Amino acid sequence: MAPVIELEGLGVTLGGRKILEDLRCTLSGRAIGLLGPNGAGKSTLINTLLGFYPVAAGTARVLGCDIRTEMKQIRDLAGYMPESECFIAQLTAVSFVRLMAELSGLPSDAALERAHEALFYVGLGEARYRLLGTYSQGMKQLAKLAQAIAHGPRLLILDEPTNGLDPPARQRMIRLIREMRDSRDLHILLCSHLLPDVEETCEEVLILKNGHQVHYANLEEERKANRRFLELETLGGDGAFAEAVERLDCECAIAGRRLKMILGQDFAIRDLYRLAEEHGVQIRRLNYRRDSLEDIFLKAMENHNGRP
Amino acid sequence: MAVHKRSYHAYAGELTPRGSRFLIVSRYAFRNALSSRPLTAYFALCFFYPLAIALALYANHNQRLLALFHTSAFFDVNAKLFFHFLAVQGTLGFILTALVGPGLVSPDLANNALPLYFCRPFSRAEYVLGKMFVLVALLSLITWVPGETLFLVQSSLAGTTWMSTNLWIMGSIFLGSAIEILVFSLLALALSAWVKRKMAAGAALLGVFFFGAGFGQAINAVLRTKYGFLIDLAKLIARVEDQLFRQRASTGIPAADAWLALVAISVFCLFLLEKKVKAYEVVRG
Repeated sequence: MAPVIELEGLGVTLGGRKILEDLRCTLSGRAIGLLGPNGAGKSTLINTLLGFYPVAAGTARVLGCDIRTEMKQIRDLAGYMPESECFIAQLTAVSFVRLMAELSGLPSDAALERAHEALFYVGLGEARYRLLGTYSQGMKQLAKLAQAIAHGPRLLILDEPTNGLDPPARQRMIRLIREMRDSRDLHILLCSHLLPDVEETCEEVLILKNGHQVHYANLEEERKANRRFLELETLGGDGAFAEAVERLDCECAIAGRRLKMILGQDFAIRDLYRLAEEHGVQIRRLNYRRDSLEDIFLKAMENHNGRP
Repeated sequence: MAVHKRSYHAYAGELTPRGSRFLIVSRYAFRNALSSRPLTAYFALCFFYPLAIALALYANHNQRLLALFHTSAFFDVNAKLFFHFLAVQGTLGFILTALVGPGLVSPDLANNALPLYFCRPFSRAEYVLGKMFVLVALLSLITWVPGETLFLVQSSLAGTTWMSTNLWIMGSIFLGSAIEILVFSLLALALSAWVKRKMAAGAALLGVFFFGAGFGQAINAVLRTKYGFLIDLAKLIARVEDQLFRQRASTGIPAADAWLALVAISVFCLFLLEKKVKAYEVVRG
């Protein structure tokens, strides 16, 4: 798959302070997560990709366009949902989304049609003639999403899209993001400090801390890899069962009646049951474990603790 | 595509030309400005004086009416008439600017809307141009457009000799109006960008005008000079228009200095706009 975002030693300095430093990465997933604690530089990275902040070092490419020289093309291709509350109070939702679509280059009639569609799509169809100033926080978030997708971008940039949403509204937002991801019409760059949001929607994750890249993870690959990690609790038998298990295609760590196994490609679970029967061992508990995004995130944070 | 098709799909239609997109912002700003009835009423009021002058011009050339009063003309139609016309319309224009201008940029700043504009293929210059176009169009409609129309009305009534002798007045009307429009618009936008509250921005605009005049007079009185007028916007514009309409200087400052001061004010306003009209401000420290 063609790269969506390529970071080539990207550095950003704002107000004399280095905010991002030497970011190098190629992201090509359908949905890319940008994770990090508050102040890690996630929003700065997004704002730099959109040309709001100047590049101090290196460069980056968005859908093949260089952010130093091809910003207009990037803005043609991108839709952006900012983190902060931003709207035009004296406009109705449909006028607001239409204005934004027109500014993206859609003719007036097409923009109006797309505005209606986008508002229906995000679930604001019935409230589309209300002034934005009268909207609740959740509705404003949805209106921001509608303006970001109305012109049909190829890359949708979402900065903390679930901020301030109650659980049902959050679920709705996550569902919409997943639907758009699965539509295959666009790529999504989702920036959040909420791990479940990223875990539920993204295929790839870039973790930042203090302006540095601390980890890159392909969640799909990690999920596949970690499925072969097994925890076993047994009763009865002797050490022979553990020895026999070790001869199967796996790495095994034994702690009393508990076995932790990293399974190889050819490992078959029925072999385990067969061995248990042969050695008179009861299998009391068997857990497939996988590293959650939280594990990955915490590991990345720990590994980076020595750095500034 | 029908509204009921509620699934995401990309847009594959035609796009509008980039060069004219600033007019989209103007269109929405116009609609918003003229949605206020008092403002629309005031705007209509601004046409009363040009209408009165047009009627006076007609009366001035109506032989039956002139015969009734046993006179050859009620008044002379010359540069002075158009100079006064522009002074009156300029004052009305300034009030119109104070009513419309503050609502152009400040609501976008107060509601953090600028990132939404600038994340699109739409530049800061286009944004300022689009907002400025609203004031330029409204002020044009009450200054040089009626001014030139009145000139043409007088020319049609007085004949080609009068027109050819006074043709230079057309240029003066346009240039004088253009200076007023440019300075008022830039000042209104700059203050609107720096003062996030609409009411406060309107008050600031009036403040610049009246405090500038008062402070200028104070400087003149204390330092026994005429250069205090350099911070008096009304006097600066009047001095430039004196020169354009070949009238006696109303203030003691040279016309060149007044021109320079107006250019400096305009450049300063552009500088203020450059500083404020951004997607995000960088906080130093």
